[in-house]
Amino acid sequence: MARIDLDHVRHAYGPNPSRPEDFALREVNQVFEDGGAYALLGPSGCGKTTLLNIISGLLHPSHGRLLFNGDDATELSTQGRNIAQVFQFPVIYDTMTVYDNLAFPLRNRGVAEPDVDRKVREIIKMIDLEDWSKRKARGLTADQKQKISLGRGLVRSDVNAILFDEPLTVIDPHMKWVLRSQLKQLHRQFGYTMVYVTHDQTEALTFADTVVVMHDGQIVQIGTPAELFERPKHTFVGYFIGSPGMNVLPVTVEGRKARLGEQTIELPVAPSAEGQGKVELGIRPEYIRIGALGMPVKVRKVEDIGRHKVLRASLEGQEIAAIVGEDESIPENPRVRFDPAGINIYANSWRVDGEPGRRV
Amino acid sequence: MLELRNVSKTVGGVDHIRDVSLTLQHGSLNVLLGPTLSGKTSIMRLMAGLDKPTSGSVWFDGVDVTGVPVQKRNVAMVYQQFINYPAMTVYENIASPLRVAGADAAKIDREVRQAASLLNLTPFLERTPLNLSGGQQQRTALARAIVKNAKLVLLDEPLANLDYKLREELRAELPRIFAATGAIFVYATTEPHEALLLGGNTATLSQGAVTQFGATIEVFRKPQDLITARTFSDPPLNTIALDKAGKDFVLEGGVRIPVPAEIGGIPDANYTIGFHPHHLSLKRPNAQAVAVSAKVLVTEITGSESFVHLAFADARWVMLAHGILTFEPDEMVEVFIDPRNILVFDGFGNALGADRRLAA
Repeated sequence: MARIDLDHVRHAYGPNPSRPEDFALREVNQVFEDGGAYALLGPSGCGKTTLLNIISGLLHPSHGRLLFNGDDATELSTQGRNIAQVFQFPVIYDTMTVYDNLAFPLRNRGVAEPDVDRKVREIIKMIDLEDWSKRKARGLTADQKQKISLGRGLVRSDVNAILFDEPLTVIDPHMKWVLRSQLKQLHRQFGYTMVYVTHDQTEALTFADTVVVMHDGQIVQIGTPAELFERPKHTFVGYFIGSPGMNVLPVTVEGRKARLGEQTIELPVAPSAEGQGKVELGIRPEYIRIGALGMPVKVRKVEDIGRHKVLRASLEGQEIAAIVGEDESIPENPRVRFDPAGINIYANSWRVDGEPGRRV
Repeated sequence: MLELRNVSKTVGGVDHIRDVSLTLQHGSLNVLLGPTLSGKTSIMRLMAGLDKPTSGSVWFDGVDVTGVPVQKRNVAMVYQQFINYPAMTVYENIASPLRVAGADAAKIDREVRQAASLLNLTPFLERTPLNLSGGQQQRTALARAIVKNAKLVLLDEPLANLDYKLREELRAELPRIFAATGAIFVYATTEPHEALLLGGNTATLSQGAVTQFGATIEVFRKPQDLITARTFSDPPLNTIALDKAGKDFVLEGGVRIPVPAEIGGIPDANYTIGFHPHHLSLKRPNAQAVAVSAKVLVTEITGSESFVHLAFADARWVMLAHGILTFEPDEMVEVFIDPRNILVFDGFGNALGADRRLAA
């Protein structure tokens, strides 16, 4: 396994890029530590697959360098980089048995047959296809085939990194739970360096120790799942992570008070957001308390989604979402309070902290 | 209304659909929920007239339409893949069913603009589909389905190829769009969460049979059998097989869970109990709750919540807990099960006392 450094990496698909918009991937300086589990999270077109393809060598970056354990790997082929990859759709040999599909990457590298057998049996057990071992891959279902693809990615322990590009898209919800927790156990057991690309926040947050959130070809925040949830650095992160995403409300700030229409909201600290253009207050639906006290809201809709309810309401003309517990009831004319622990203040979409003039 | 009466479909000796009876009302939204190959698409094809049932009949507004082909049925379909005419503008894509029907120019213009406005496509009417995002392409396909003014609209996993966040946005809009048209909507999905967010009615499917049909939240809260309960739980339903002895169910290690009073009269035998991941807790919820000691396998953190995978005897459970929890693998934890929240199934998998859980 290896530590991977991206050094001033940028990429433009067209010739002679000059403006920032010409780059599908704007400048990235990022270290993927040896043995780390990372997710690249963002919507379609945010540059996450471009970044993954630069790491794997499928794409040569137009600018910058890539280092593996400190050595320049920019010019190395995918094979030269010794990387395993798992794609969104199964890449397997239909005419081979499940066993031979899994053995292929090992035999290809001249691994001794007893070692091949030991490793293949271990993986086949993990992906729960022991009963299918001697069957040809052709007749298998899409999710069984994808499990083989995953297994092929995991079968070699001498790779520098394992890269996953939306690997669970075609898998049924129940099997996703099983495969995700197995990937996590394997990571802990073998210390692989793993980079996992997805648009699905649950997959990213549950899989990775460190999540890299991308938007418009840029990294907008790198953090643990808890940091991304509690302290989104950019309103995009607040919106993209969480379901529903963070409520973002236009406010004016004076000292420790934020004004939203007719309402005044006490802030935990005085942010340095005065005179900085567009100022917004971010609060996640999980931090809005419903009851008889607080700011009056007009209820638009209550969605009962089983383990909790989502209240959609209007507060001073702004649409907000709030989470209401399974056993909680919503009063006739509800009012809302914002838990100070969940309040973040944004100036021009970037989070500001309590000390003057400094971004967090 | 649309009725399927004892419909079965056999292909090459294999049962695809087994004795399905369903009645769907005008203006209703009906979700077909089940894993891959459970029969969702096959049922839609029978509803549309793309396939003819092997036995049973299909009725529309009191008329037997079993042999009537799709062209004569006034049905609109939207698929997982974005299907549009690539050479036509969005405007012409939406207009195409109206042109086929020979509508006059004024009517076409009115209806295209109305559907475009409903689906937020107005700024894109002059573009061609390939110059749109995936979400906009699928909105175009949905708009075309709407102007067709079909009595029956079939949506086969329409959001599956979209990003997580786009899915969330479009899913929130769909019920409003459905309500505006008055047609019968049928929506296939593999995801329980999606069914709950859409609301309406849900038919759970397993191996070509409908296991339960009713108001979505009712089916979720009061599954009539173990298969339905499992189909409708994500994370997976926690279950364990145990024996009843007198007033209690006895778990491995001698822990006793009192049998709910409403079904106190059931004989001593082997049963399966089930409970949702959010009904397993680290804190004692009330005096009746039962403590069991389980081993932590892996913990997944989503930012605000943790999914803790646990082993208890032969069972694998998931606990959904608020906050960020850090456990060492193999650590033993005490978790609580509230007897009020358990589902009880007999040896055939039938739910006992399903009606007692009004708000469980």
